[in-house]
Amino acid sequence: MDPVNHVEGKAYPFGRKNVDTDVIIPAHWLKTISRIGLGRGAFEALRAEPGNLFDDPAYAGSPILIAGDNFGCGSSREHAAWALGDMGIKAVIAPSFSDIFSGNAFKNGILTVVLPQEAIDRLMEVAKTDEIHVDLENQTVTTPFQDRFSFEIDPFRKQCLMGGLDEIGMTMAMDGQISNYEQRAAAAWPWQAGGANA
Amino acid sequence: MLKALGMASRPRTLYEKIWDAHVVDQRADGTCLVFIDRHLVHEVTSPQAFEGLRVAGRKVRRPDLTLAVPDHNLPTTPRKDAAGNRLPIADPESAQQLAALEQNAPAFGIRYIGATDREQGIVHVVGPEQGFSLPGTTIVCGDSHTACHGGLGALAFGIGTSEVEHVLATQTLLLTPSKTMEVRVEGALGPGVTAKDLALEIIRRIGAAGGTGHVIEYTGSTIRALSVEGRLTVSNMSIEGGARAGLIAPDDVTFAYLKGRPMAPKGADWDAAVSYWRTLVTDPGATYDRTVLIDAAEIAPNVTWGTSPEDVVPITGVVPDPMDFADPSKQEAARKSLAYMGLEPGMRMQDVAVENIFIGSCTNSRIEDLRAAAAVLKGRKKAPGVKWAIVVPGSGLVKEQAEAEGLDRVFKDAGLEWREPGCSACLGMNPDKVPPGERSASTSNRNFVGRQGPGARTHLVSPAMAAAAAVTGRLSDVRELGGDA
Repeated sequence: MDPVNHVEGKAYPFGRKNVDTDVIIPAHWLKTISRIGLGRGAFEALRAEPGNLFDDPAYAGSPILIAGDNFGCGSSREHAAWALGDMGIKAVIAPSFSDIFSGNAFKNGILTVVLPQEAIDRLMEVAKTDEIHVDLENQTVTTPFQDRFSFEIDPFRKQCLMGGLDEIGMTMAMDGQISNYEQRAAAAWPWQAGGANA
Repeated sequence: MLKALGMASRPRTLYEKIWDAHVVDQRADGTCLVFIDRHLVHEVTSPQAFEGLRVAGRKVRRPDLTLAVPDHNLPTTPRKDAAGNRLPIADPESAQQLAALEQNAPAFGIRYIGATDREQGIVHVVGPEQGFSLPGTTIVCGDSHTACHGGLGALAFGIGTSEVEHVLATQTLLLTPSKTMEVRVEGALGPGVTAKDLALEIIRRIGAAGGTGHVIEYTGSTIRALSVEGRLTVSNMSIEGGARAGLIAPDDVTFAYLKGRPMAPKGADWDAAVSYWRTLVTDPGATYDRTVLIDAAEIAPNVTWGTSPEDVVPITGVVPDPMDFADPSKQEAARKSLAYMGLEPGMRMQDVAVENIFIGSCTNSRIEDLRAAAAVLKGRKKAPGVKWAIVVPGSGLVKEQAEAEGLDRVFKDAGLEWREPGCSACLGMNPDKVPPGERSASTSNRNFVGRQGPGARTHLVSPAMAAAAAVTGRLSDVRELGGDA
């Protein structure tokens, strides 16, 4: 994963609440065995509407998406994060995210920035004309109009994003601890090992 | 041993007990490396994970804790011809994805239940049915309805494909602890009111984002009185309330359900397991971050009107007016939902005609669900306006059981189609779809825009209510129709 720090540019002023991952990428796109190329299916139903936000040339290639509460709810499909990444989104700003989606976004180097609704309302206005700057290191979202919103992020996630770290490799380096746990678990709950082999 | 596993003596919730028992390592920032006891794998969210392992030259750490079953893409039409030969999958992309799982599972040493095996079914039906899913275990799958297995007292949640790869490689996940929410339901459910109606009621009350960041523990006399299958239905829909996992403390009902299942512990292991499982209750004095109380007597058979699972009204109710909502963004969402659904404020839900009926999905495709639907359909016919009505058992074993009880005949005699197991019309991925602009009464879990196919209009209901809608051709109150439900 490439390191992430600054995301700067135009933003889609989307703002909708409870956007589920079926809306982000419908199920018929999930038949792929690859991670790439899903941007073509992103927001397919919305893009079928004439004059939709995502095909508006004013926002073409925007790296930021501004959304409403509970963004990414529903299905766990990581294809939603892959689709957003493939259409060039590097940060999503919303009042809240579904737990599974924010994890998936993080694994793909997409920042999920949580800000209060008032900040979202302001950024929606700014996005219509101007660029927005997300600074992960300083944990701020700023605009050319001196707006400055601070956001919280899990320190471990921040470290992984800024370092572009391979999480699986990091965990595999803890093989000793995992093996110790497996031995303790085998003694405490002997019926659990081999469960799939019956 | 308990001390060795890091268990403290202060009062703990069921969630905390399971969590504590699975922490491999805790980082200074609070992130924990958590051991995963059971990993269910299906064809849609695993190909990229196996590819990742291959590229990095990594193996599956614990194939003995991993079980692979195809379900999402499989057509529910017959899988073998009259001579017993496997029929090809018509859609080339689906065929490729199914073939990938069929190849990846043995290549990585994973037990695979294939498309034509009698045990095949929806992962969340197969896991409990095989006794693979057990109380006190951590269970993951690349599917958000993994929350289902919480009905057995397992900490079970959906994960993305990167996490699938992480679990395959390390049998662990990096997680931060969740907050806890107790949903306590007391009293008896009325006639015709089922676990599904209860699940919809809970989501109506807490909202689609109400459980975000939380694990829900369902408690109270109503929950205790549910069968394991009903508990699986309630826990299944935790994710529709935003909670990644649901939990129901295991009890004698759970143990009776699991005993003798193929992958469940046996002999002395069984006795030891039950002794341990009996400790999996929230201690007196333990506290939840939030508690929601529900009186079961207030719950009617429920139905959804909009495009979020929180858009729930009793079947006796009417389509709401968007202006009834205090929150301006909810007003706007409701207007969009009603436009998509083709409904007007004030319309009686019972006047809404449906052309499609879907009885199935990981929420409602177990034997008790099929019995409830059959009880309503017995001796009746589907209405002429109902163009497409299918019953999709959750697994091959559910199908066998239903056929042994003659339920398939009841469905067929009523004019419904009796299909092979799979996810079917829950998600618009395989050939089972609701046509654009048409309406369905569906026992699945999501009424999202386009979920059952582009332009499809979904009304979520219980199996008995779906059967009632099949008979009348409109959303109907099963209590007025009778039957044994």
